[in-house]
Amino acid sequence: MKTNFASSTLGRKFVMAITGLLLVGFLVAHLSGNFLLYQKEGSLFNAYAQKLASFGVLLYAAEVGLVAFFGFHAYNGIRLAFLKQRAKPVKYAVTQSKAGNSKWGLASNNMMVTGSVLLVFIVLHVIHFKYGRGLAEGYAVQVNNEEARDLHRLVVEEFKKPLITVLYTAVMVMLGFHLRHGIWSAFQTLGLTKENNSNKIYFVGGVLGVFLGFGFLTIPLYIYFFV
Amino acid sequence: MSNHAKSTKTSSKNMTVKLKVWRQKDAKTEGKFENYSLDGVSASMSFLEMMDLLNEDLTKKGIAPVEFQSDCREGICGTCSCFINGQAHGPERGAATCQVYMRKFAEGETIVIEPWRAAAFPIIRDLVIDRSPFDRIIAAGGYTGAKTGPHADANSILVPKPDADKAMDAAACIGCGACVAACPNSSASLFTSAKITHLAMLPQGHPLRERRVLRMVEQMDKEGFGHCTNIGECQSACPKEIKIDFIAQMRREYLAAVVNQRPESKSGGSG
Ligand code: HEM
Ligand code: SF4
Ligand code: FES
Repeated sequence: MKTNFASSTLGRKFVMAITGLLLVGFLVAHLSGNFLLYQKEGSLFNAYAQKLASFGVLLYAAEVGLVAFFGFHAYNGIRLAFLKQRAKPVKYAVTQSKAGNSKWGLASNNMMVTGSVLLVFIVLHVIHFKYGRGLAEGYAVQVNNEEARDLHRLVVEEFKKPLITVLYTAVMVMLGFHLRHGIWSAFQTLGLTKENNSNKIYFVGGVLGVFLGFGFLTIPLYIYFFV
Repeated sequence: MSNHAKSTKTSSKNMTVKLKVWRQKDAKTEGKFENYSLDGVSASMSFLEMMDLLNEDLTKKGIAPVEFQSDCREGICGTCSCFINGQAHGPERGAATCQVYMRKFAEGETIVIEPWRAAAFPIIRDLVIDRSPFDRIIAAGGYTGAKTGPHADANSILVPKPDADKAMDAAACIGCGACVAACPNSSASLFTSAKITHLAMLPQGHPLRERRVLRMVEQMDKEGFGHCTNIGECQSACPKEIKIDFIAQMRREYLAAVVNQRPESKSGGSG
């Protein structure tokens, strides 16, 4: 029998779960790198940025991959959000969760909202830093006796602006919410949960999600208040 | 939680409740809420007995009674379906609408009663909805291939106890549709996964295992149910407490079937 895996509701969710988890993997790496910003002089962070840039084609390939994961994830998310609208066109006058083992909550009910914020954010974020001020504008520093981009200076200057810091912090709260439900959800979507591990995965997924959101959030605040 | 606290408040004496009930002439006409005040409700009445009382009252007043669905009134047929105060089958977990008692409600409380809301379950009238999409999902693959003829010996095919238990847990689904009603996406995943798991766990279900999951999932999508976002409100709403672990199993079954992609035999049968 011919199966339309890619457009079935289960297929779309498989794609979202795989791409979502790959993006989570990227976030873990990204956050690990960002923790170097806790060094006030910024030499470690600049050296790290320089090292990444030196990967050249490899870095480019990774970036293309990330954009693709992102695209597939967001595309299917948006398609499914439209399906939801069609499947439940009339809302109840009153709704309340029956609690118990339900995962009903702010995080699970607002995946599209938090996801959309992330979509807009990530475009702006890349413009903001990746394509922000660099060597051409005189943001240069010596790394291993070579001239490199002083990304640290740019980051610190930006996070000294209250509006930027507030916005980044707010978006990272959204990220925490997205992942609080998202990580568990991906495991459940991939069928990796069973009766004996489901609650544990929900717990650990939540902790990891909140840790990621919170971890990213501390950096702008640290720079704003302490650097 | 608050409901348990309430339960002690009401004595078995007569109480009055305020009802806000969805009235709708048919699928095409727009519906609206009507407010009724009902006296003489006893705490030991079931929710549906209270509805009967309301309908007697309305009939006497020359108002058309509120249409609602019920049959067994003991939680086994899956016919009753009221969305009560924002919850499918009302405040009690592990109970169908017909198993909810008025002692769960407080004297003078306003009770909002709505039909299941899902595009796939059109409203026929008032609280009556059309659940035939579930029948079509079952017809798409929710059966086993069995030889006709003399009755086979019981226990001629041995089933490991844990598998039998799991199949029984899944088979408890009464097809009420509360899972769809409670789901913000109107997903029928809990229902469909219960049916798929039930048969997948039994040797008799194996010959059609892959074909079954592919066909039933396809039918589920075709009927216009939404996708599952793993919110799990369905498992709290389910009167039979079917677990979303079955949804995870459905996905494993589906993935395995898609990967294998065996051509379907033209002659069909149980293989
Ligand atoms: C940093 C970026 C992101 C990460 C790490 C991420 C991660 C995840 C993960 C792991 C899931 C669970 C998948 C599943 O349920 O199987 C998920 C779900 C979801 N994501 Fe994202 N996501 C990100 C960005 C986005 C964006 C940009 C959008 C949107 C437009 C989006 C929309 C959604 C939606 C709507 C869901 C719920 C899917 C559903 O169950 O229907 N996400 N996300
Ligand atoms: S899974 Fe539960 S809620 Fe859904 S139809 Fe079956 S018995 Fe009703
Ligand atoms: S009337 Fe049969 S389950 Fe409620």
